[in-house]
Amino acid sequence: MISTLAKQIKGYKKETILTPVFVSLEVFLDILIPFFMSKMVDEGITPSNIDIVIRYGSLMLIIAILALFCGAMSGRYAAIAAAGFGKNLRAAEFKNIQNFSFMNIDEYSTGGLITRLTTDVNNVQNSFQMLIRIAVRSPLNFIMALCMVFYLNWKIACWLLVVLVCLALSIGVLIKKAGPVFKKMFKMYDNLNEEIQENISGIRPIKSFVREDYVIERFNKRSQDIYDVNRKAELLMILNQPFVQIAVYSCMLLISWFGAHYIVDGTMEVGYLFSLFSYVMNLLMSLMMFSMILVMLTMSTASANRIAEVINQVSYLESPENGQTTVKDGSIEFDHVYFNYTPQVDGHYVLRDIDFSIPTGSTLGILGGTGSSKTSLVSLIPRLYDVTSGEVRVGGVNVKEYDLKTLRDSVAMVLQKNVLFSGTIKENMRWGDEHATDEEIMEACRLAQADEFIQRMPDQYDTYIEQGGTNVSGGQRQRLCIARALLKKPKILILDDSTSAVDTKTDFLIREAFRTKIPDTTKIIISQRISSLQDADQILVLDNGHFNAMGTHEELLKSNEIYRTTWQAQQKGDDTDANA
Amino acid sequence: MPTPNTSNKKAKLNPNGLKRVFKMVWNDYKWLIIIIAILVCVNSFANVYGNAFQQRLIDDYITPMLATSSKDFSPLLSAIIQMIVIYAIGVVASYVLNRLTVKISLGTLNNVRERLFAHMQTLPIKYFDTHPHGDIMSVYTNDTDTLRQTISSSIPQVFSSLITIIMVIISMFSLSWILALITLSFSILMLFIAKKITHKSGKYFRQQQRELGHVNGYIEEMIEGSRVIKVFSHEQQVQEDFDKINDTLCQASTKANTFANILMPICMNFGYVSYVVCAIVGSYFAIHGMFNMTVGTIAAMLSLNKAFNNPITQISQQLNAVIMSQAGAARIFEILDEPSESDSGIVTLVRTKLENDQWVETKDYTGHWCWKHPRSNNGYELVPLKGDVIFDDVTFGYNEDKTVLHDINLYAHAGQKVALVGATGAGKTTITNLVNRFYDIQKGTITYDGINIELIEKPDLRRSLGVVLQDTQLFSGTIMDNIRFGKLDATDEECIAAAKLARADSFINHLENGYNTYIHANGESLSQGQRQLLAIARAAVANPPVLILDEATSSIDTRTERLVQEGMDELMKGRTVFVIAHRLSTIMNSDAIMVLDQGRIIERGNHDSLIEKKGIYYQLYTGALEID
Repeated sequence: MISTLAKQIKGYKKETILTPVFVSLEVFLDILIPFFMSKMVDEGITPSNIDIVIRYGSLMLIIAILALFCGAMSGRYAAIAAAGFGKNLRAAEFKNIQNFSFMNIDEYSTGGLITRLTTDVNNVQNSFQMLIRIAVRSPLNFIMALCMVFYLNWKIACWLLVVLVCLALSIGVLIKKAGPVFKKMFKMYDNLNEEIQENISGIRPIKSFVREDYVIERFNKRSQDIYDVNRKAELLMILNQPFVQIAVYSCMLLISWFGAHYIVDGTMEVGYLFSLFSYVMNLLMSLMMFSMILVMLTMSTASANRIAEVINQVSYLESPENGQTTVKDGSIEFDHVYFNYTPQVDGHYVLRDIDFSIPTGSTLGILGGTGSSKTSLVSLIPRLYDVTSGEVRVGGVNVKEYDLKTLRDSVAMVLQKNVLFSGTIKENMRWGDEHATDEEIMEACRLAQADEFIQRMPDQYDTYIEQGGTNVSGGQRQRLCIARALLKKPKILILDDSTSAVDTKTDFLIREAFRTKIPDTTKIIISQRISSLQDADQILVLDNGHFNAMGTHEELLKSNEIYRTTWQAQQKGDDTDANA
Repeated sequence: MPTPNTSNKKAKLNPNGLKRVFKMVWNDYKWLIIIIAILVCVNSFANVYGNAFQQRLIDDYITPMLATSSKDFSPLLSAIIQMIVIYAIGVVASYVLNRLTVKISLGTLNNVRERLFAHMQTLPIKYFDTHPHGDIMSVYTNDTDTLRQTISSSIPQVFSSLITIIMVIISMFSLSWILALITLSFSILMLFIAKKITHKSGKYFRQQQRELGHVNGYIEEMIEGSRVIKVFSHEQQVQEDFDKINDTLCQASTKANTFANILMPICMNFGYVSYVVCAIVGSYFAIHGMFNMTVGTIAAMLSLNKAFNNPITQISQQLNAVIMSQAGAARIFEILDEPSESDSGIVTLVRTKLENDQWVETKDYTGHWCWKHPRSNNGYELVPLKGDVIFDDVTFGYNEDKTVLHDINLYAHAGQKVALVGATGAGKTTITNLVNRFYDIQKGTITYDGINIELIEKPDLRRSLGVVLQDTQLFSGTIMDNIRFGKLDATDEECIAAAKLARADSFINHLENGYNTYIHANGESLSQGQRQLLAIARAAVANPPVLILDEATSSIDTRTERLVQEGMDELMKGRTVFVIAHRLSTIMNSDAIMVLDQGRIIERGNHDSLIEKKGIYYQLYTGALEID
């Protein structure tokens, strides 16, 4: 974990090193000042020598200005280093998330990933700043003070050492105990965030069912749970304070008792007693600072681990080295494909022995009941998931041998769960092709039958789409998503039930446009509507992950039971194209 | 390529945020705070007493022993035992103090979270439609977190520092008022500089919190859409955009922390300057015999000067946390100040029973509901809940300058099935948004059982409407929990019956844990179709008199839909239903079909009459025309 995080200091190494350097200088100067203070009192004020007072005074002023400069520099460098470190952590996480395969994404919850990128990074960033500023200061102080105590009276110093070791041990135990509690707490924060997140996006059903009180109660329970665990952790950590206090007080009394004896015995001078008191304070202060840093580190270790987990997460699906960078054509072959989402589980497959092929430029329709794994099947073509066994070939080449970007650039898939991003329509369209001209965008939108409603919007192609596309209707969203996919000029176009909210006539127009305008693209259409499929070259019927039948509309009507019954069910009313 | 939403810039800052947090803390924990104040005093007393003991150790115990050369340590021993007792009190006080502080700080965080969440539930739909979700979340995480340190360490620290400062000031003035004035004026100057700096860092901390919200919003959206990013292999571009806003955050954070970090060295070294000036001026006075200055006074004053500047430095250290939390608090109150959805309704829904042909209010589960309509003579009228919905000349637009629905007249009598047909964007979904008052109409009236819906309390209005939307939102929890969402006190049997009605029972039984299968809100473990079946079951268990089905079965395959249809027909029996569907097969048997085009009803009638009319519906039915 530490090495993973340490790598992210890159670009800010200079600042990270300079901070403790300036801090050390500052500490050194700070230690000089009390020394000159006592000199000024002893040599200047007591004998009433104003010249010496002024001399030491100006010296101290210079030192103070120097210390101020060092302090300011260390502060500045610490800020730069910490903010930069945080930035790098976020960027590294975000970058690796972009590398995640679909299977990786399935594993993390959205809320969890967000916490790891925000709150966790904040924690680590703050601790880091603290670490490079104070972690140097307090040990330095501690060592110097300890030396002085031994120099003044080693017998008392030994007693003090015993107290200090006890204190260090008990703080150590505390931190060890608190660690797991903090870890648990962070897990709960994840859950809470997920809860908030789903509430924000699920506000419509909540309000429709008047479930505000119910979700509030649910939320409060979770919040209360966090409070309890958090409290447990904090109550452990605050024991730190009395421990330190007990140590301070014991040291004071020990010094008083033994000091008095040694003075009466004549083995120690009276003045040393005060020095001992002030150095003990120094010792304990730095120890307390140090324990504070340890607490912060404990808290942020949990965060750091979670960040490292994301950065180090290996994608289940890597682009091959020197993968093929051209896709010959849009032909597709499934060669005895078995597939399951979790590879560990044997015996149960989402897809079983799928075996078929279609030539480039043809149209394949896929029909199957809810949960018959239609989406799983097409997800294998752009290699969103890897097959468990068997092979999927595009353009005659196994998809695993393509460079991933090449493959996905030539396979456009319109997901069932469409997502538009906040930004103008044009910006959303340019997801398909960054360099698309306005004319190309309009052409794609005309193909997807989206142009006319865009033209009616107040700002046409510059209309701002809210997050998740909430300000366009379901059917409009689907058409925008199709247009976006078309802009990729793919060799294979997959529509996963992407016209379900589009009316039948528009649906027909879209398919008509596909046929005439992009005849060379292989098209795969998943739909519940036979009318959307019936003019396909081949129609694949899936049943519960099994290949059931494949053929043309007419063939299937004759031979396939599932197809026929579905067709008959749809005959009444919505079979628009048959009558067209 | 999405650009960051601009709503952040519009955010107004509330400078009094922190003050309001303190007020909240005070109101919630008045007594605890007073106890804490007392404990701080006790703890300081133990410290001060300890310091005094060091002085007495020499004068009262060691010096006499040295003078008499007696070795009787018993007076010292009893003094040390006395000290042990006092110290023990101090330790206990400080421990209790810390415990209470934890209670207050965590309790406040908890309160803030709960208040935020509770208030969020009252905000109108429009708020959620127009604010980036990640930015809202950032308030719960990043902004609430900034309060933690302020409440847990800054406040007690500042408090105990203040006590020390007051005690030192009193001693200083009793020694030499002129040196005390010099020390004080330096600290005032210091405070002035500190204020200037905190003003700067405060500005950047606010910027930092804003940028954090920004980054959070971006992350949330991109993680939600990560599948789309992959499909479009758009990782590179997203990364570049992220780097840009991440960089802005880094810059704000650097600036904020730079100013914050400089504060402590400035205060500390300013303390030294004050010390030196005191020494020089004091010596000058002593040498020239002014103000009765003696060497002893100067020495004592100088140690007081140190004792005075230490707590001020400590306070300055805490200021950063305070400034940051001010920025956080401002954003928290921005949400808390967001006006709630207004509800001026007076008509409520009550359970009733029939007594002597009269409806009477009752607490029993009779299955009969009435609208309780208060009348001016303090009495009320009970109107039976039937599910009669009438739109009268309704005009509506999401923005005032763009009308989406024009003069809509629509009658759905109790038990009728009304279908809304039309091209995408014709305004069908908008109509359903108006019935449950997610949005309020600009002109015209909508009545429910003859009562203007604006007179009905929103919760009761919504309770009487069941909605199944195209985008199915489920919640993390078991399948059973999700169905029960429709009716919280439903028994398992009721939920299962609803699932059977929606034809969801069979797929649920195929899941590993059946009805106890845990699902995530956005988890992909269920297909879209399966999610819709659950949403239908959820509406079925709620058992409302009016149902709104907005493309409720669009992702369900036709064979399943046929099965669901039987259940739906059963479900719709005796209910008023608004159906929006593209598959005309699902709406053919409607009592009334409204054909919408660009916010206007252009045709109405039942299937047969519309077919006979050979108008738009006929053309749509035969696929000859796209209405637009």
